[in-house]
Amino acid sequence: MDPVLTRYVREPNGHTLDFFLQHQGYEGLKKALAMKPGDVIEMVKASGLRGRGGAGFPTGLKWQFVLKDTPLPKYIACNADESEPGTFKDHVLMERNPHLVFEGCLIGCWAIGAKVAYIYIRGEFYHVQKVLEAELAKAYDKGYVGKNILGTGFDCDIVIHRGAGAYEAGEETALIESFEGKRAQPRIKPPFPAVSGIYNCPTAVNNVETLCNVPGIVLNGVEWYTSLGPDKNFGPKLYCVSGHVKKPGVYEATMKTTLRELIFDYAGGVRDGHRLKAVIPGGSSVPMLLPDQLDIPASFDDVAKAGSMLGSAAIIVMDETTCMVWVAKNLMYFYRHESCGKCTPCREGGDWLYKILTRLENGEGSMRDIDLIASVAGNIAGKTLCPFGDAAAAPALTTVKNFRSEFEDHVREGRCTVPSDWRGWRVAAGAH
Amino acid sequence: MSFHPLMEYDPGRFHHSERKIADEGAPFVFTPERRAKLDEILTEYPPERKRSAVLAALYLVQEQEGYLTANGMRHVAGILDLTPAEVEDVATYYVMFFKEKVGKYVLQVCRTLSCALNGAERVTESLSEKLGIKVGETDPSGMFTLLEFECLGACDRAPVVMVNNEHWHEHATPESCSKLIDDIKAKGEAALSGCHLKVEK
Ligand SMILES: Cc1cc2nc3c(=O)[nH]c(=O)nc-3n(C[C@H](O)[C@H](O)[C@H](O)COP(=O)(O)O)c2cc1C
Ligand code: FES
Repeated sequence: MDPVLTRYVREPNGHTLDFFLQHQGYEGLKKALAMKPGDVIEMVKASGLRGRGGAGFPTGLKWQFVLKDTPLPKYIACNADESEPGTFKDHVLMERNPHLVFEGCLIGCWAIGAKVAYIYIRGEFYHVQKVLEAELAKAYDKGYVGKNILGTGFDCDIVIHRGAGAYEAGEETALIESFEGKRAQPRIKPPFPAVSGIYNCPTAVNNVETLCNVPGIVLNGVEWYTSLGPDKNFGPKLYCVSGHVKKPGVYEATMKTTLRELIFDYAGGVRDGHRLKAVIPGGSSVPMLLPDQLDIPASFDDVAKAGSMLGSAAIIVMDETTCMVWVAKNLMYFYRHESCGKCTPCREGGDWLYKILTRLENGEGSMRDIDLIASVAGNIAGKTLCPFGDAAAAPALTTVKNFRSEFEDHVREGRCTVPSDWRGWRVAAGAH
Repeated sequence: MSFHPLMEYDPGRFHHSERKIADEGAPFVFTPERRAKLDEILTEYPPERKRSAVLAALYLVQEQEGYLTANGMRHVAGILDLTPAEVEDVATYYVMFFKEKVGKYVLQVCRTLSCALNGAERVTESLSEKLGIKVGETDPSGMFTLLEFECLGACDRAPVVMVNNEHWHEHATPESCSKLIDDIKAKGEAALSGCHLKVEK
């Protein structure tokens, strides 16, 4: 498939307004503004576009749920927090194709009847934010954003809002809290953001990549869009491949492409002389897959059938030099650090799991600890306000399930038994 | 006093909080330029929703003072009609705000999975050795602080080191980081510019 979203990302001036306009830029917006908002929503619904932020929820439906008969203003919140470990696709889109993001936001606003789109960008992406701001100023200048867009009488602003470093701020209700100037902690759902979001007004929270799909759908039609990819998993998809591969990067493909193709053909396979050991297919929050499970299309439905999730399509590849107890500990450190602290199972359980995994990795654990992991993790998953709890439990549960013998080796040998050529020298020399 | 007949009251073990009282710092007002910047940012939100600008305001305090002082946070509270506690509550949640004095250059090494798989631990160890400080510390000259950070969203360029919350150094190795330190010592800020990878043609 020819890339759609990332077609021009390697062009030196591919991110500028002039370049964008020469390549059908804002044509989707023009077409959308000539349609009734309800028809735009119907079109997105018919395209089957599913959210790219992690859950794969149909975008058209989400927009339809946004409360219509209300005196309150409505908002689009573009989720540019991109902090799921392993994910770096929105980064590329915003840095190299910023106007496509704006066009998606504007069409979204038109469809749901919003007058402002807020782009919540993670604080670490400051260099990306500067690109967005410079290009947004040009778009305002040329009348693509702001008052009376393209002479149609439609007013719509885009505001870039900088976060300050918090993984949980990517969760839609926590994003809204953070946007309102509070700690990024989730809200109880329902009410969903579509009914009560930013400033308690109806809000659609959409991922950057999701919104970038919209202009193409409007411009090229539903038939074109549904011709890309397998049933119910239509359209171009960005995959982030990283870890022990030769050519890590963002690759655009349809969801027909198998995980094996993405790892071996697109990303060049594992390093020479090494063997594939495990793959995380959708960001650190999803269960691992083993090398014999990779011949499935990398689609929302097929990866779910295999017992994992496509999530943010962040494929993290690990070769045989990777100790799975260490992987669980590394990721548990992340979740323990990022837990927002609102729900007790996640706040306390994450810390317990980290301590148990540290003990095991240092060779100081017992066989009982291995079962303790399953018990503690089982008491986090599904018992928290937002899916962070499930995410935090996943790395521990999936490593124990797939690599139990490695945990047992640590206990028996009293040390790590997996040689690696990239772990720290000091940790390798000490109690590794 | 005890909460339980069998439990001895031991302030060393119970009521233990890691929270530090915010450093007072110097008396604080925004410079006129920063105040103007904040006023401009405030126009982006509904007038009764000034609180939305709290992160932006805190960034400005940090830009001016190097870290968040109690005086700075109080000043922000005054402008945004919040209580100082509300501002501190927010400030202490987000990792990009420094709650104590840091070095002129804050080196933040990404330690999450993809970076670690590509040698981030070695980068951290070598930086720590070169600077003679542990993670979380500032060197005696006040020039460098070494921190670990969570996934920066650039795992294809692992390992990544972020300097001062905005400059990225990608594909870091112990050697390239050693050179970075030398360059910063020799050239200051200039060593940081242009380090973000341009898209390859
Ligand atoms: C802990 C957690 C972190 C999340 N982080 C992100 C994120 O960084 N970016 C993102 O787009 N969605 C993230 N999500 C998903 C959002 O909650 C939400 O589903 C998504 O933004 C909806 O957009 P979509 O329908 O376009 O996918 C996260 C969810 C959870 C539970
Ligand atoms: S793991 Fe370091 S940038 Fe993602």
